[in-house]
Amino acid sequence: MRSLARRILEGDIRAASRLMRDIDDRIPSALDALKELYPQTGRAYIIGITGPPGSGKSTIVDKMVDIFRKEGKTVGIVAVDPTSPFTGGAILGDRIRMQRHATDEGVFIRSLATRGCLGGLSRSTQDIINVMDAMGKDIILVETVGVGQDEVEIVNTAHTSIVVLIPGLGDDIQAIKAGIIEIGDLFVINKCEREGSEKMERDLKMVLEMSHKREDGWDPPIFKTEAILGKGIFELVYGIYRHKQALEQSHVLEKKLRERAKATFLEVLETEVMSRFIQKIEKKDQWDHILDELIKRRIDPYSLAEKMMAEELKDH
Amino acid sequence: MFRYLKIGVWSLSGIFDLDLGRYALCSMLLAQGGFMNRKIRVLIAKPGLDGHDRGAKVIARALRDAGMEVIYTGIRQTPEQIANAAIQEGVDIVGLSSLSGAHMSLFPKVVQILKEKGAEDIIVFGGGIIPVDDIPLLKQAGIREIFQPGTSTEDIIQYIQENVKTTGISKSEA
Amino acid sequence: MSKNLQEELNRWEKTTLQKVISKSPERQPSFQTTSHIEMKRLYTPLDLQEMDYCEDLGFPGEPPFTRGVQPTMYRGRLWTMRQYAGFATAEETNKRYKFLLQQGQTGLSVAFDLPTQIGYDSDHPLADGEVGKVGVAIDTLKDMEILFDGIPLDKVSTSMTINSTAAILLAMYIAVAEKQGVKSNVLQGTIQNDILKEYAARGTYIFPPLESMRIVTDIFAFCKDHVQRWNTISISGYHMREAGCTAVQEVAFTLSDGIAYVEAAIRAGLDVDSFASRLAFFFCCHNNFIEEVAKFRAARRLWSKIMKERFKAKKDESCMLRFHTQTAGCSLTAQQPDNNVVRVAFQALAAVLGGTQSLHTNSRDEAYALPTEDSVRIALRTQQIIAYESGVADMIDPLGGSYAVETLTNEIEKKALEYIEKIEAMGGAIKAIESGYIQGEIAESAYQYQKEIETKKRIIVGLNQFQVEEQPLRDILKINPEIERYQKEKLARVKKERDNIKVKQCLAVLKKAAQGTENLVPPILEAVKTYATLGEISDTLREVFGEYREQ
Repeated sequence: MRSLARRILEGDIRAASRLMRDIDDRIPSALDALKELYPQTGRAYIIGITGPPGSGKSTIVDKMVDIFRKEGKTVGIVAVDPTSPFTGGAILGDRIRMQRHATDEGVFIRSLATRGCLGGLSRSTQDIINVMDAMGKDIILVETVGVGQDEVEIVNTAHTSIVVLIPGLGDDIQAIKAGIIEIGDLFVINKCEREGSEKMERDLKMVLEMSHKREDGWDPPIFKTEAILGKGIFELVYGIYRHKQALEQSHVLEKKLRERAKATFLEVLETEVMSRFIQKIEKKDQWDHILDELIKRRIDPYSLAEKMMAEELKDH
Repeated sequence: MFRYLKIGVWSLSGIFDLDLGRYALCSMLLAQGGFMNRKIRVLIAKPGLDGHDRGAKVIARALRDAGMEVIYTGIRQTPEQIANAAIQEGVDIVGLSSLSGAHMSLFPKVVQILKEKGAEDIIVFGGGIIPVDDIPLLKQAGIREIFQPGTSTEDIIQYIQENVKTTGISKSEA
Repeated sequence: MSKNLQEELNRWEKTTLQKVISKSPERQPSFQTTSHIEMKRLYTPLDLQEMDYCEDLGFPGEPPFTRGVQPTMYRGRLWTMRQYAGFATAEETNKRYKFLLQQGQTGLSVAFDLPTQIGYDSDHPLADGEVGKVGVAIDTLKDMEILFDGIPLDKVSTSMTINSTAAILLAMYIAVAEKQGVKSNVLQGTIQNDILKEYAARGTYIFPPLESMRIVTDIFAFCKDHVQRWNTISISGYHMREAGCTAVQEVAFTLSDGIAYVEAAIRAGLDVDSFASRLAFFFCCHNNFIEEVAKFRAARRLWSKIMKERFKAKKDESCMLRFHTQTAGCSLTAQQPDNNVVRVAFQALAAVLGGTQSLHTNSRDEAYALPTEDSVRIALRTQQIIAYESGVADMIDPLGGSYAVETLTNEIEKKALEYIEKIEAMGGAIKAIESGYIQGEIAESAYQYQKEIETKKRIIVGLNQFQVEEQPLRDILKINPEIERYQKEKLARVKKERDNIKVKQCLAVLKKAAQGTENLVPPILEAVKTYATLGEISDTLREVFGEYREQ
């Protein structure tokens, strides 16, 4: 029987979807498929798009898809929504705004809940991006809410990062300052027909001018859109292409790829190393003992870790 | 499989219980589900032109509060759109809501398209204003359950939990 | 007097009441209406100390119309008994109308199927399974001619539940009348034409909000000159209530929509007094009897103030909130369906005590399907019993002056006004809908209501208490699936027989009008007369206006 990865490479949508589910659910066998797919990835252009809830990200994505499809490009979309911390459940509603593409075989949309744990959102998103990449999608759009650590990481691994803002959210510029300026390659002021958009543009320009010059010399442009009417979307897509070109002509692309590879590898490594030690503790049923020792201050965590490492190295 | 399902960190060598340190909250959440990270995923869809989405939205919310991941398609969906969304989203189960009387032609089409696309393992159930005499016909067409007006969200949650559990596990074991 | 009363009340609470409560506490620690208004144990004149009779209540037929919009109310003429009906084909619906008129119904109310409401012909792929299901299918003027065959349009008043395609159906109605030799200026009736609540709750929109609003105001302008006795809009809270909002939200969202229409019309250059008297409203009547009566009274007073103070309307008629009521479909249970007859009777009574101008009573079997003829007759008889036997129609606003009703009227008005102001701060109803605020509020209330039922905080007889083992209702109206084919064939025939060159010309003229700013109703009227289909006309406008999608 053909492997799941094989079937995905042959264009089996159902297989791809199943693997994504296993990734999301952390089913161990998914790793085998990911190993097999890895050599076939690295071809898609990844665009991250982030911004506060209600800023119109999904609508912008929806309209951009029209343009990409007209150009004959295939598109993958990962839409990330938060999991309710109280119930562990989630309503993933971004799809509503993109659902008209559901019958287009060149578009694959996947909603993802943060599941609020393991710091692994960036990891599973990255894995799902890899599956879409292996499916042969030319462009992958990753949509996340807000500017949490995970979101920043996700957006950071994209080739082009778009930050969407809307006028009238009050402390706009505060939000901009809080870490989002650095990650945006392109800025969008959506719902620009609203009051306050001029001021927002001025403020944003000022903040951008004051921030550090980027090493690639890229000067993040600001786009004004009214996504619901499709206004300004063409310009935005053109802006993405300009950024792509600038990336490719500089050494930054190479650097980005290296950073991303490193981050992924380190994350996997960390999990692997840690799980090895934990497995050991579990096998010997040592948890209670270790915790007692720590609580009673008979040993410190630093020495304990050193000791376990030394033993591990000796074993090999 | 259950050995793995109990636990919290994902690695090449298996999954391990990590209800400690920075993973504490997470493991707790996982343990509550009973199956660690396997969450029930549901698509709630409104086929046809009917815009009455009160029921669909209430159910979506109730399922979320029961810890499920719910993808809501919005109104005016064709059977093709619904089936494709179900497949792309990798859901366990699809809930269709219709109050306009179009269920006899639209519900079976969703089932049929899922089947054509090799996704007959995705359970389809329905609800709305559906005359009793139509229920056996819909069941014959592959809609597994029909909920009538007055059904409590608890009943629907229970139905999903009971029916997805078995298929959910066997799928991941396959 | 009031100081004495206060003392007396305190005394009563401490003695007579306390004695009983200390032994047997009340059923619940607190009692709330569906709008979460805390209900007091007892209302007294103390609750109405601020009230100024002349200012707050006044007299029937005079602002602020709290007690009613006509000086004689039902002593002069009973409300219009208007059962919403329509199913399958124009032929079958025509028969039902004749039956209803024969039974003593005094106005017609047309239900259209969903393809007709959303601008698709019966042969459109998206119409699959929907043709003739929730109402009558109308593709061309031909269907409309059949629908009103033998019904003199100068004698009946007709209400049409139609929104995004309202201009087309109104044009068809005018054209049918013309064929009967009836001039448009004598036609009486209503088109719902309330597109805003479609985005908020009901979902039969086609175009984006701004384009939709243009069509709405074009209709206002056209009717002001040509169909003067027509109600050009029925601003509807009904569907938002059915979608789950509370009584207070119903008043607030409906009047906010009303404000948006008045503003749009004024912006389109109309004088407020030239169209405001043709605005009608449409509310739901739910279970909480006193709250519902108070709701209608509060809505009337609030609208009157809005029209006078905000829009500076000069004529009293411009400030009148005239409304149609339908009993609450969502309150009907599939369990023990005969109980629905009782629910509907109470709701209908509340609507009458609230001063409605017309009324639809739901039928007991509507949790299952469209009603059968028998069920519709009972529903209509319910209204007739209220009208002729109960005596409540023999005096004006009989509950006026009740301490409880007046207090609730005040509270609903106050709470609704708070909501309206909040919506205004967001930039008005259109913005509040675009941002999903109103939809979110409705969904939240719906969820809370459902939870209250499931936790038995709210008892619904037969549903979560007093259940019995029962067989589901089987004797219900069935729509023959063959009618889809029949309707398609009829459409094909019309398309073959009409002058297709003329149709194309008319559609081209319409397109040009849509691209420009001229009134769209005249070119639509010309197009329907050539038997251009509803789908063709809608598509022509879609090309220019684009389509709205759920956000």
